[in-house]
Amino acid sequence: MFDVTSRFPQLPNAPGVGYKPQHFQNIMGDPGHVTWLEVHAENYMGAGGRPLAQLRLLAERFPVSVHGVGLSIGGEGPLDADHLTRLKHLVDWLNPTVFSEHLAWSSHESAFLNDLLPLPYTNDTLSRVADHIDQLQDTVGRQMMLENPSSYLAFAESTWSEPDFLREVAKRTGCGLLLDVNNVFVSATNLNYDPRSYINDYPLELVGEIHLGGHDEDTDDHGAPLLIDSHGKPVVDPVWALLDHTLSLSGPRPILIEWDNDVPEWPELDAEAERASKALEQVAA
Amino acid sequence: MSVTQTDFRTAILDSDLNVPDGLKDAQGRPAGRRFDVYRNNVAVSLTEALQAGFPVVFKLLGTQNFKAIAGVFLRRNPPSNPMMMHYGAEFPDFLRGFEPLSHLGYLGDVADLELALRRSYHAADCETAGGDVLARIPAAQLETLRIGIAPSVEVLSSPWPIHDIWAFNQVKGAPKPRSEAQDVLVTRHEFDPEPHLLPPGGARFVAALMTGTTLGKAASETTVQVPEFDLSTVLTLLLTGNAITTATI
Repeated sequence: MFDVTSRFPQLPNAPGVGYKPQHFQNIMGDPGHVTWLEVHAENYMGAGGRPLAQLRLLAERFPVSVHGVGLSIGGEGPLDADHLTRLKHLVDWLNPTVFSEHLAWSSHESAFLNDLLPLPYTNDTLSRVADHIDQLQDTVGRQMMLENPSSYLAFAESTWSEPDFLREVAKRTGCGLLLDVNNVFVSATNLNYDPRSYINDYPLELVGEIHLGGHDEDTDDHGAPLLIDSHGKPVVDPVWALLDHTLSLSGPRPILIEWDNDVPEWPELDAEAERASKALEQVAA
Repeated sequence: MSVTQTDFRTAILDSDLNVPDGLKDAQGRPAGRRFDVYRNNVAVSLTEALQAGFPVVFKLLGTQNFKAIAGVFLRRNPPSNPMMMHYGAEFPDFLRGFEPLSHLGYLGDVADLELALRRSYHAADCETAGGDVLARIPAAQLETLRIGIAPSVEVLSSPWPIHDIWAFNQVKGAPKPRSEAQDVLVTRHEFDPEPHLLPPGGARFVAALMTGTTLGKAASETTVQVPEFDLSTVLTLLLTGNAITTATI
């Protein structure tokens, strides 16, 4: 076992970034404003080679968050037992500082669709999500954090608001929450509600980590704005403002910049981390 | 109206189908092109995964053709699990069987080589035996020697010049492909897999070693099939490529 947690028992209330291999030398040389790293679990499930070797070196120096993107916690069917075993193997080996997954589904009837797909918020889906989280937490032997999705549409059948749904899932399972502030902004714009009200309703006391990322802008059939969570651009000003609002209510939290597509040179990513650092300084002051 | 994940999945993979009922915008109107965000995310992310995994096939086909062909493939063969690092294992067979590409007979075999390079990249690390391992074995015992091969080693045999085609598209200054059948050995020095041209019969020989056949038997069986088999060149490639993990008498 590698055991990151014994060295770094918790994420600092400071900026981190989603790790991209092209930034390895920069991070090992001078990480700038970045104090911790997040990796996508599925990229480190190979048998060996460069990905695991780099992760080993990074984990000696930085708190590491393992972020699953493929378990399909919101799936109608049972969790993929093989994938659960792979996650357990990775978590056992690394003992990361934190572990998180998504309120979404991605696998159905033997196909993995490589996207975070939405689910309706009903009593049935709540029970199913809670059962899957129980199973996951039992298997990996630790608490996980559940992340709110970006929504592009709504389900007519939903009977729960998203914050209430997440609060209830956390109450039933004991899981923590990962609050993606960009996702809140994207969903609120797309579904025409006030993002600040969402944050006001959100169980912020359960939030162990905040995500920020960039999004694209489009329109729907009626010309209404349709924002798309792309992780391919800088975080926009209204999302930074929503972060400020969130931090003013929650107090300081670990903040992660996600930039997964059209990944920039290190200085541009570090500049986003610097901006997160300033937002945290403000709330501390 | 309840939308099942079967409805959702089916409509994502077939853009001709209607968006499932029960998916709405904030005003309660049908979701319409909002659903296309998911269709697009799935198709684009899987196409990009194939492009990243098969860069030479991508170059040979060109952007437009590759995207069109990937679009057909990903709908027939979506990933079967979240291990995207291994996505596209069926792509070589798909290319061989795809009628519009029948004039590019080598394409599937080039894809096999790219898949082998990717498997090698993610293969388990291991200690290798060192460049002088064979020199330490008494000559009389070489016949019965069993050679352990590293998990990152791959061998391929093709009626097409797959090594040359790969190199011509990936290595600056590489010569134009010869017109010949080629065997290829993939070795991984630390983290970066590299394809090497094997002499004729080389793939058969290394594959025999991988299944535990003794050095003597593997060499003699290969020579029966390929009389000009050049054993010393293959052994040199294995030694310099850090491909040998053990040598057991």
